[in-house]
Amino acid sequence: MSVLNPPRSARTRRAGGPAGAGGNFSAWANRHRKWLFAAPAMIFVGVLIIFPLAWTLYLSLTDSQGSVRAATEFIGLQNYLTVLSDTERFWPAVGRTLAFTGVALAFEVVLGMGIALLLWRPFRGEKWVRVAILLPLVATPVAVGMMWRLIFDPNIGFVNQLLGMVGIPPQPWLSGQDTALGTTIFMDVWQWTPMVVLILLAGLTSLSDEPDEAARVDGANAFQRFFYITLPLMMPTVIVAILLRGIDALKTFDILYATKGKGGGSFHEVETLNVYAYGLSFDYNQYGLSSAVLILFFMIIIGSMWLLTMRKKAVSK
Amino acid sequence: MKRRSIVKYAAVAAAMSLGLTACSGGGGGSDQAKESGTVRVTLANHVWTEGIKAAIPEFEKSSGLKVELTQLGEDQLSDQYNVKLNAGSDEIDVMMYRPLQEGKAFAKNGYLADLTKNVSSDSGWDWKDYQEGPVKATTVDGKVVGVPIITEREVLYYRKDLLQAAGLQVPKTMEELEAAAKAIKASSPDTAGFVARTGKSAAVTQFSSFLYSFGGDFMDSNGKASVNTDAAKKAYAYYGGLIKNYGPANVSTDMSWPEAMAIFTQGGAAFYTEADSLYKNATDPAKSKVADKVGFAALPAGPAGSKPYNIPSWALGVNQNSSNQDNAWKFIQWATSKERTLAAQKAGVPGPRTSVWSNPDGTSTYPKDLADAIAASAKNGVGHDRPEVVTVGKAREIVGAPIVATITGADTAAAANDAQTAFQTFLDSEKK
Repeated sequence: MSVLNPPRSARTRRAGGPAGAGGNFSAWANRHRKWLFAAPAMIFVGVLIIFPLAWTLYLSLTDSQGSVRAATEFIGLQNYLTVLSDTERFWPAVGRTLAFTGVALAFEVVLGMGIALLLWRPFRGEKWVRVAILLPLVATPVAVGMMWRLIFDPNIGFVNQLLGMVGIPPQPWLSGQDTALGTTIFMDVWQWTPMVVLILLAGLTSLSDEPDEAARVDGANAFQRFFYITLPLMMPTVIVAILLRGIDALKTFDILYATKGKGGGSFHEVETLNVYAYGLSFDYNQYGLSSAVLILFFMIIIGSMWLLTMRKKAVSK
Repeated sequence: MKRRSIVKYAAVAAAMSLGLTACSGGGGGSDQAKESGTVRVTLANHVWTEGIKAAIPEFEKSSGLKVELTQLGEDQLSDQYNVKLNAGSDEIDVMMYRPLQEGKAFAKNGYLADLTKNVSSDSGWDWKDYQEGPVKATTVDGKVVGVPIITEREVLYYRKDLLQAAGLQVPKTMEELEAAAKAIKASSPDTAGFVARTGKSAAVTQFSSFLYSFGGDFMDSNGKASVNTDAAKKAYAYYGGLIKNYGPANVSTDMSWPEAMAIFTQGGAAFYTEADSLYKNATDPAKSKVADKVGFAALPAGPAGSKPYNIPSWALGVNQNSSNQDNAWKFIQWATSKERTLAAQKAGVPGPRTSVWSNPDGTSTYPKDLADAIAASAKNGVGHDRPEVVTVGKAREIVGAPIVATITGADTAAAANDAQTAFQTFLDSEKK
């Protein structure tokens, strides 16, 4: 019998059959089965997403510090005021988070589009090239961070030794106050451009050939065809790539922590919101303040994603 | 019929499991719980841990208990404690922790069990045998909350060959050290005269010995911030200046001991000040290119003499929420016994027991000059190497700022004044 058809027997028994409590329960279960079957997923979402979020929100309104089990006082929006008026750590961290995400995304999308266009048409050795391009993607970000940290080491690093061979003086890379953020952006681009390539390539291969051929017949050159035909058609895919990669880039943590450690370096050179919040809770044990930062961070992510989704709807029309 | 009973059982099972979760979430119930035959021990990746790990079967055999070992890197260990102890977990019985870094916070939060009775109960094990500084560091508000396992002092690592080539003596004072570093840097620009930790937070512990030797400290006797006194400013300028003027080319401001040690062991520096407990990294030919050329000396004397820190860097404690505290203590008692401490010390871990240090066997495996330096340092050592506060991480960042400011060429005095204001604000906030 199909599960979707309510069993007649259950209904008749409910009317006064001899089944007792068990029968009543199974009748109840049958009536509410659309909830029952969805329950595991709902419990999952509740326990793993809604509860932590609500708890963080609650903590952000208290003066919790030291231990989360210690007595706390409800202090309203005090933490938010403290954080929002903090021009020493919080606002620079916001700036760095946005700069990191913006610059990394711009490079990844432009580079990704270029590579995807190169890989679009079949060529000899295509498989090998694709494997080579995807390699950075499979490495663990922490391992990637450690590897680049060694490569960029100011004294024994490979890059400076290489530069030395061609007579260029050693550069500070990760250790410089001004260069550290740029260097970590480079690492992010190195690791995540392949993902953008994958998404864009999927978009390109699903495009129909006809508009392109028509433009070719009309005498449009490659650049014209790309900017007036391919790119507009690809816009929804590009925005999907930006969305997916953007969320990830905003919350980048591993690469920054593995290369510069707690606080994002001695001058907080690479301290983004994520690194800042981590330091607040795990190093300073200021859970109230850290929660406020995380809630604000969450709002920034939701806000920017909402803007992008709006944009996607507009171009899809 | 069949289908209905499946639905029924599934629903009951779901309800049961929800109910059970609610129960286990609600009760710690450590009072009624029985002692378990398995002791769950969490340790840091450390030379001491390697030795104890190999000896655990011995303990299991003699005690009839089973040991479940979790081993983590320093930062991961710290994060684990933050998460698990915060949640009131009883999954840890014995924990290796850093008395000066986390001791106060853990004791304040009630994470560590009171061991005062335990340590005095066994005269054969002998708590009185422990050095005074380490004991002080594991005693909070009159209660013993941990047993020290490793001690550290800052000593001077130097390159015998470079000193000999330059015709220099081993420096006894800070002035001589600076002059020697200058001479070596001048004669071979590729070799640094001096290297040490440079990371804002990481450098604080090593800078502390310089601060004391110049006559300063992080706080004065009234618990007020004192990082902008004349002595402190001189110490900041001296330590930062050594690295800025005679340190490695393109020095970074993120170096902790692995990076600084790497420069020294790759032959890149003549002098290096670091904890004595890390000496094997420099004398082990597998890790060091200069293994046979390394010499050791006590920290050179500043205006206030040679005052290195002498601290217990790690200790063993018992989780307050553990329901297995008696067996946890049995493990600690065994792991810190005189025999085990001697064995660990011979393997390169300077221990906290006086009897082991006075036993010639205890220093038989150490380079002679290192053993002498340690003995001298233990005598006039200071019992802390960082501000003694609850939120040590934040305090270190504040008092470490003038070090990196000096290294990068900024005004030391201004940085010290800023640090003083920030540190006093921080201390006031901790008192609330």
